Amino acid sequence: MRRLLLALALAAAPAFAVQPDEVLDDPALEARARELSQNLRCPVCRNESIDESHAEIARDIRLLLRERLVAGDSDAEAVQYLVDRYGEYVLLKPNAEGANLILWLAAPALLLAGGGMAALYLMRRRARPEAPDALSDDEKARLADLMRE
Amino acid sequence: MFVELGHFTLILAFAIACVQAFVPVVGAARGWRGWMAMAEPAATLQLFCIAWSFTALIYAFVTSDFSLRIVTENSHTLKPMLYKVTGVWGNHEGSMLLWCLILALYGAFVAWFGGGLPPRLRARVLAVQGAVGAASLAFLIFTSNPFLRLATPPFNGHDLNPLLQDPGLAFHPPFLYLGYVGLSVSFSFAIAALIEGRVDAAWGRWVRPWTLTAWIFLTIGIALGSWWAYYELGWGGFWFWDPVENASFMPWLLSAALLHSAIVVEKREALKAWTILLAILAFGFSLIGAFIVRSGVITSVHAFANDPERGVYLLAMTAVFMGGALTLFAARAEALQAKGMFQPVSREGGLIANNVFLAVACFVVFIGTIWPLVTELADGRKVSVGAPFFEAAFTPIMTALAVLLPIGAVLPWKRARLDRAMRVLMPALILALALGALVFAVETEKSALAPVGAVLGAWIVFGAAADLWSRGGRGPIAARARRLARLPRADWGKSLGHTGFGVTIFGIAALTAWTVEDIRVARIGESWDVAGYRVTLVDVGQTEGPNYYSTIAEVDVSDHGRPSLRLLPEKRIYPVAGMPTTEAAIDNGLTRDLYVVIGDPQEGGGWAVRTFIKPYASWIWAGAAIMAMGGLLSLSDRRFRVAAGARKAQRAGVPAE
Repeated sequence: MRRLLLALALAAAPAFAVQPDEVLDDPALEARARELSQNLRCPVCRNESIDESHAEIARDIRLLLRERLVAGDSDAEAVQYLVDRYGEYVLLKPNAEGANLILWLAAPALLLAGGGMAALYLMRRRARPEAPDALSDDEKARLADLMRE
Repeated sequence: MFVELGHFTLILAFAIACVQAFVPVVGAARGWRGWMAMAEPAATLQLFCIAWSFTALIYAFVTSDFSLRIVTENSHTLKPMLYKVTGVWGNHEGSMLLWCLILALYGAFVAWFGGGLPPRLRARVLAVQGAVGAASLAFLIFTSNPFLRLATPPFNGHDLNPLLQDPGLAFHPPFLYLGYVGLSVSFSFAIAALIEGRVDAAWGRWVRPWTLTAWIFLTIGIALGSWWAYYELGWGGFWFWDPVENASFMPWLLSAALLHSAIVVEKREALKAWTILLAILAFGFSLIGAFIVRSGVITSVHAFANDPERGVYLLAMTAVFMGGALTLFAARAEALQAKGMFQPVSREGGLIANNVFLAVACFVVFIGTIWPLVTELADGRKVSVGAPFFEAAFTPIMTALAVLLPIGAVLPWKRARLDRAMRVLMPALILALALGALVFAVETEKSALAPVGAVLGAWIVFGAAADLWSRGGRGPIAARARRLARLPRADWGKSLGHTGFGVTIFGIAALTAWTVEDIRVARIGESWDVAGYRVTLVDVGQTEGPNYYSTIAEVDVSDHGRPSLRLLPEKRIYPVAGMPTTEAAIDNGLTRDLYVVIGDPQEGGGWAVRTFIKPYASWIWAGAAIMAMGGLLSLSDRRFRVAAGARKAQRAGVPAE
């Protein structure tokens, strides 16, 4: 009984994501498949790539991806093929287009804004020897900008 | 009975917290000493009440009292004693009680050791602590009461999630909460300072040890969690950019920024408004983190419970505290006047650059974390933002920070000269570049990541050493060493903390660039080579633990012909919870970890085996440990100065009002 239970439990739960039988013979193709897998999300999992996931559907997508690569697709074509079937949701790194541009531009924009405000602040601290309210104006502007973003 | 008493003291603690939030503020505003003095006994009593509740809950878990709902859902009689105790915080309700306990603990510490604070400031700080405590306790009692009973207790429980039955994870939440909640003290100090409309050097000195404490605990908590993920999840990843991880990482980044900006307040009386804002936001991100983890709005691997009522309450709590604090900030920030003047190239300038990078890094993590929510609410589009995005957006900011860090650290206050700073750092720069070139020359796969990581890590580590060395002054070695030994501990702490950061950077870069992986089906007795190591699957057997069955493999790994190591990877099944876990066998080494995982038996015979060689993996956590030690060293110095500063301020400041 105990053995049976154990066997059942083992069969139901694969211990890791990429199974040996999935691995392609061509190491270059396999390396490409692994790299692409890490950027593709398992649709039923919580924030796991298909490369990490144990789920059945992740395995299906891994196999599909390898099929496309073996058939001669480029990386972009293979990914597009999967996006057409499973939706934009599978991309762990959203395309930098449309509204997603906000996401991608947030870092450089914030860095520029923060750097600019810091520079302004530094200039003022140097330029105005006796200006008690210089700091608070400046800080308020910085706060307002940060809040807006 | 004991458990009922715990329930009762919890409600009592809520009532006390309400009094603590209200009476001292009124007292401070009206100048009634008796009302202000109420804060201290209230904080002490609140702590004792919650401690009693917590003890009662531990008692219920240890004695397997299945009439309590959360014990039934998270425990089992066969569970090892350690996990019966740690299972108390392995669920939403219990962890929230731990949160309240730690909050009360910090409040009581401020009450007990804040004797040097001006009475008004202390009363206000404790009142804000009380308000946060009252809100947390209300959340606990009304939406997630750990003491709810079952009408018909079952014979046995459902067991704790097996992934949580692990020493690494058992102590990960307490450290993390000590960090999150520790930031509430900085928050309380910020609010109290805004109410008084005064921030001075003494304020910077009082708030820094609390921030430092919170930051140390956060560092340890995050490192423990990441280490756990590394050995438990079975493929050696150490950071996933999961929403819940990000929730702990954002307060870490902001508290690191706050640590640095509070130095400017303390030493130069500048950057006051910004520092106050950081103190508010750092705790704000702790609250947002609690919301992310506990509301289930953002799907994540470790989300607790998906309960809309809880989510709404936590969102309201975040909105009230942040909204109130920021309104107060907008009204009072003008009153905070900077005194110190300085040139752009100076220690102050360096610390401002540090703050810009850390704050921007935090907001990038924040935007990435909530972006899926934003697009779904805005136009119903489902997008994912995962590790690849964060790696692309976050890494450049950290790289820039790492490049500037050693320079900023050697600049003197007020006015500095870059050429002089570079003269101090030149040996460090040359060494770092040479090391990078060496790494590039010897690595087999030519990637830029590892050499860049080596240069940055070495630049920071050697830079910290050069900084210390230059502080020793001139003259013979013995004299220099004597002067070095007399340096304040905070200076040593700073160098050590920065060193840890460099070590972690190198570890991450080396691990990411050089990991070698091998997946195969192996028969018993079969040998194969992985990156110069000879691996042999010796045997696979079955064993039984207290509450699980295990498939255990014996794997021999020999390193270039040297005598072999025996590794024992396991695959466990927890029958009550119906969950498998992988227990990777890891041989930790200074320059590499050997990491072996056993998988399923294959149809044609043999076992799936996954072998990794992970270079410099331990450096990641060693770096975090060094950072935490640097923080501790600095804290041990602060204590004296805090006391000294407090005495001075009390003499000078109080009679004025």
